[in-house]
Amino acid sequence: MTTTAVPVSAAVPTAPAERRPRRKGRLRPVLLGLPVPLLFLLLWHLGREGRWELPFGIRMGFLPYPADVAGGLANYVVGTRDNAFSNLLWEDLPASAMRVFAGFALATLIAVPLGVLMGRFTTANALFDPMINLFRPIPATAWVPLVALLIGYGDQASIFLITLSAFFPIVLGTISGARQVPERLLEAARMLGTSGAGTLLRVVLPASAPAIVNGMRVGLGLSWVILVLSETTGVPTGLGSTIFLARDVVQTDQIVVGMICIAVAGFLSDRLLKLVVRLLFRDRPLIK
Amino acid sequence: MDHLIAGRTADVRISGLGKTYDGGVAAMADVDLTIASGEFVAVVGASGCGKSTLLRILAGFERPTAGSVEVGGTPVTGPGPDRGVVFQDYGLFPWLSVRENVAYGPSRKKLPKGEITAVTDKFIAAVGLTRFAAKYPSQLSGGMQQRVAIARVLANDPSLLLMDEPFGALDALTRTDLQTELRRIHVETRTTVVFVTHSIEEAVYLADRVVVMTGGASHGVPGHVQAVVPVELADRDVTSPAFNEVKRQIAALVHTVPTPA
Ligand SMILES: Nc1ncnc2c1ncn2[C@@H]1O[C@H](COP(=O)(O)OP(=O)(O)O)[C@@H](O)[C@H]1O
Ligand SMILES: [Mg+2]
Repeated sequence: MTTTAVPVSAAVPTAPAERRPRRKGRLRPVLLGLPVPLLFLLLWHLGREGRWELPFGIRMGFLPYPADVAGGLANYVVGTRDNAFSNLLWEDLPASAMRVFAGFALATLIAVPLGVLMGRFTTANALFDPMINLFRPIPATAWVPLVALLIGYGDQASIFLITLSAFFPIVLGTISGARQVPERLLEAARMLGTSGAGTLLRVVLPASAPAIVNGMRVGLGLSWVILVLSETTGVPTGLGSTIFLARDVVQTDQIVVGMICIAVAGFLSDRLLKLVVRLLFRDRPLIK
Repeated sequence: MDHLIAGRTADVRISGLGKTYDGGVAAMADVDLTIASGEFVAVVGASGCGKSTLLRILAGFERPTAGSVEVGGTPVTGPGPDRGVVFQDYGLFPWLSVRENVAYGPSRKKLPKGEITAVTDKFIAAVGLTRFAAKYPSQLSGGMQQRVAIARVLANDPSLLLMDEPFGALDALTRTDLQTELRRIHVETRTTVVFVTHSIEEAVYLADRVVVMTGGASHGVPGHVQAVVPVELADRDVTSPAFNEVKRQIAALVHTVPTPA
């Protein structure tokens, strides 16, 4: 935090006193958060060097050094090694992000309206609930062989699998949100001249917003999981496909680089979703 | 203080009205009542005698199982902006500011933008909340939230105002303030009001006529109108002997052993 501009204010002398405890409060979790990851990196390095054999049959001799991974990451991002993976992030990331975004957006567009209807109307619920319960327990992994035959491998198969997986948490979140809308607010909207359909848009949707957003965050996280699964075979570009390419050429540092990049991409997309939600609602109080 | 528009107003005709809820609770039966345009009617009675049921049928939230209701000559078939409802728990939209809550009804009518703003500002001012127009309901006290709820229905220019124990959750001082304001608003708008309360004093202070209901499912007799008491007091001084005489008269009626009408 910079203190270059001095505001014309009588409160200036008290400002540092106010600021210090706040900075300390922010620094504390950062400082406490550091030792464990650092210890993890140290053990990783030592384990690699000493070729430790760990439970589950983990042979650490097959791991890359943390420093190699850092080098591989630099190569993946800015091309320091001049190999097949140099600069590749900038092809992989847009390809993967597009699949995740398309699948997730499609899932949201289907799940939110359907969830609102199912949450509010017993008829809609009776119509779709059996179908949802029938399909929901099928893991995305179990869909892969069938999708490979029906669609083949590529963007469409990938987007289809992501849509399918992200759909369920979003629809379930929306249903539970729509069911919990206070009856009083619906009555208020009706007596103020809102049509039946209008109450869905103006009351049910905003009142269920927190539950919908929760479902969307779970759905988005799942989208990245399914992305990797959908890129396992035959898809030429993508964060997931590069991991499997690296496995085929036995470049373990690149495998770990891919893992890190997917984690960061997943984390950033969750932050982006939260940001969009914040811009949408500003500081409006929502029903908890 | 801003002057309120002389709002629309409507008469109410209730005949042979009854309600038996799903599951067989006979909440109310044989209610006949005619309310003139511009009249302020209070409904009092013990808990469970069907006051809310009556009001919710007038609002169109519940369908009667017997009889009929007409407001301004039109049968009630469902809720509508011609009948504004003020709930005990306010029913404000938590995600809308005071201004947006009050503008909600006018916006649904698709009035021109300038008109919506003018109406909204006027009624926010009328309930003394201009300084709080940008706040959200959760940032306001109960009394202020109820002012917002009143402004919100008035901005819709209803011909009938339905209030179900609107001040029941407020402290005594706030309650007195709001009673005074409601009286003033009624004098200016002449909107017909049906006001449910369990406070006899509140009923006598506000109303032209007090409807006394007795009975109710727990008495084995459906709720019904026991008596209708006109309040013919020149001024509403709650400490005057005349005022207290009316209170006593109504209290006696509220406690009569219910008999079917
Ligand atoms: N939705 C409902 N379903 C079943 N019974 C109800 C319902 N609403 C009210 N009742 C019953 O109807 C009777 C009258 O209730 P109400 O009109 O709320 O009385 P009051 O407002 O005078 O206290 C009560 O016995 C109550 O339990
Ligand atoms: Mg009641």
